[in-house]
Amino acid sequence: MLSEDTEQFREVVARFLADKSPTQAVRKCMASAEGYEPDVWRQLCGEVGLAGTHLPERFGGFGFGPVELGITCQEMGRSLYCGPFFSSSVMAAHAILNQASNEQKERLLPGIADGSVIATLVLDNVADADRLGRSLFSDGARLDGTANMVVDAHIAQGFVVIASEGDGLAAFWVDAMQSGIDVEPLEALDPTRKLSRVSLSSVEGERLGDGPVDVTRLWDQLCTALAHEMIGGAEALFDSTIAYLKMRVQFGRPIGSFQALKHRAADLLMELELARAVTHEAARVLASGEGDPWTPNMAKAMAGDAYFAIAKQAIQLRGGIGFTWEEDVHLWFKRAKASEVLLGTPGWHREKMMMRMTKNSGGVDV
Amino acid sequence: MSDESSSIETIRAEVSAWLDENWSPVRPLKEWRETLVEGGWAAPTWPRAYYGRGFNETQAAAVQQVFAEKGAVGVAQAGPGRLASHTILTHGTDAQKRRYLRPILTGEEAWCQLFSEPGSGSDLAGLTTKAEKVGDRWIINGQKVWNTSAHHADFGILLARTNWDVPKHQGISYFLIDMRQAGVEVRPLKQMNGHASFNEVFMSDAEVLAEDLLGAEGEGWSIAATTLSLERQAFGSDRSGGAAKDLEGPIYDEYRAELAIALEPYTWYPQRAGRADLLLKRAEGNGAISDPLVRQEIARALCLKKGADLAAAAAVAKRRSGKHRVIPEGSIGKLAASEIARQAAHAHTLISGADALLAGANSELDGIVAEVLLSVPAISIAGGTDEIQKNIISERVLGLPKEPRFDTGPFRDVPRNIKDA
Repeated sequence: MLSEDTEQFREVVARFLADKSPTQAVRKCMASAEGYEPDVWRQLCGEVGLAGTHLPERFGGFGFGPVELGITCQEMGRSLYCGPFFSSSVMAAHAILNQASNEQKERLLPGIADGSVIATLVLDNVADADRLGRSLFSDGARLDGTANMVVDAHIAQGFVVIASEGDGLAAFWVDAMQSGIDVEPLEALDPTRKLSRVSLSSVEGERLGDGPVDVTRLWDQLCTALAHEMIGGAEALFDSTIAYLKMRVQFGRPIGSFQALKHRAADLLMELELARAVTHEAARVLASGEGDPWTPNMAKAMAGDAYFAIAKQAIQLRGGIGFTWEEDVHLWFKRAKASEVLLGTPGWHREKMMMRMTKNSGGVDV
Repeated sequence: MSDESSSIETIRAEVSAWLDENWSPVRPLKEWRETLVEGGWAAPTWPRAYYGRGFNETQAAAVQQVFAEKGAVGVAQAGPGRLASHTILTHGTDAQKRRYLRPILTGEEAWCQLFSEPGSGSDLAGLTTKAEKVGDRWIINGQKVWNTSAHHADFGILLARTNWDVPKHQGISYFLIDMRQAGVEVRPLKQMNGHASFNEVFMSDAEVLAEDLLGAEGEGWSIAATTLSLERQAFGSDRSGGAAKDLEGPIYDEYRAELAIALEPYTWYPQRAGRADLLLKRAEGNGAISDPLVRQEIARALCLKKGADLAAAAAVAKRRSGKHRVIPEGSIGKLAASEIARQAAHAHTLISGADALLAGANSELDGIVAEVLLSVPAISIAGGTDEIQKNIISERVLGLPKEPRFDTGPFRDVPRNIKDA
């Protein structure tokens, strides 16, 4: 259970987002090329300070940990906040925190924490952590290759690029404004999270730290944050669907009085409760270093299944109106489907979890 | 003298001293339990007037801890006896408490629960066992079912209808019935998994003395709520018998014999829950772990289990903080238990492959896996079906409206089971 302080933090974040990210604003962002409102982003970073929720104070952040980052993500998922928080503060900043030298962190993180710099993480595979570095290469001096789907690359001033170098993977800080970089915006299934293809041709990069990239750690962090975002979205959609079941009358009764529908609602609540419990546990495991290390895989798998199950039923239970553009449900439906795939499908994460579990219990590796 | 304000340390010291003076593993069980009841350590949460100390749960746990440390045997703990004693303690007259509580604690008298009927399962309040007042006694006619340990029972807690002209919940009364009489017949009920954990009980002009009506006539349903809430708490509880079961000494032999009878109906309960704990070990043992489809299904089961355990822990923490009610969260946990059991059974089937065709001694783990496959259907029925849990969740947690009802008038006019289909 969360302490009173963290509950207060949640309320501050929730109030700000309820005010700044109603669905009218989401629709405006998703229809725009930029995909976010710079004014709201500046307030979010400046007045509220959310962009550095989880970054250490010496690098300009709040100094909170994975639990509070989870809260921020959960509230952003609830309101479908459109802005570079996930790309810059979560994806890029975690890679820098994990890999960079102290001097590099001091130089790169404060800009991300105060929102003056938008960064993103350039991965050549956003759904399979085991297949990184197959189309992005470093020869030690220059970076080449293509990343097919990069979140918010169209507005980023800096990239953290993960590329293969020899037999391993290395991380680089890349000034996104230099020549040799091509950013081609793509039409995304979920228009609230913009994607671009990024091509690098003999581009200069600054190696972050000198160790190999700890992909497992990075993926655990990103998946735990994304799972929280998904739980928030699932909660919003579940709540609005229950409200609809109480309000909609057919055959002379609120449709929520029919057992066929209320039992479905109970099933969804159970799935949501279990996914939420595991997602919060994943943050606790990351924060404490104690518990099952594969909990983030469980969280991403369960949040993915629960969010999409709720999204499907949010439309079905509304009937025809649920399928219209005017009704807001499809905004969350698209986020649910895209999030199910981003950073690995539920099936991928179940496999990953089994590999980690059986390794630990001395079992067969596949 | 300890009471509700006593510190844990004081209580521990007092119990220790008392046990050092009185406890011995060579004493006969019955005699020891008499001492235990006299000493006031039999049921620490009960009031002083009835063998207890008025302790809270934490204080009582400290007492139990000292008993465990010293290997001291406690009171008889068969499930139905616990339900009966707590309900009598809450709703009984002084005479009823004096008559019935003590032999339950000492294990001299065993009890069973006579609630469910063939014609009223989920709709318990639709029961039709009839109680008619004739002179100074009640004459009982009807049939009960799912009566755990009724074949060993001396008494039963019984719900029967005493008024057919009022709405169904208002016409039920709660009785304490002597099982050892000619009008009561107990027959074992064999289940699809081969076990016979329950019984059917037939009552033909069985008699209950007027003084054995618990509470007032027509109050049976609200009194039953006390019993049912205890039963829900017991769902999924530890039925291993505690630490004393492995120790050596004459009293432990007697205790184990008592436990064997009390726990016999529950030997298959772990299998009913799906045995998710065996999945990885089995799959690694027979190589099924290398099949990606098997891995997916094992992972699904383990995810559900993890989620349910964490959600239950979170619910306990919330309840302790006093901000939330208990029952709906229990319903989500019960629904999850069904889902875990079904998913684990599915994964067990995939792990077994062709061996899933076998049962009994020829099959894996001496029949445990087969028993899982044939026991899991019970978990989504026992203690309130999944459908009832979903009603509770959707109505009490989510606030969805109830279905229209057709059973609110006098019970005499309520539609009942259609006999000739």
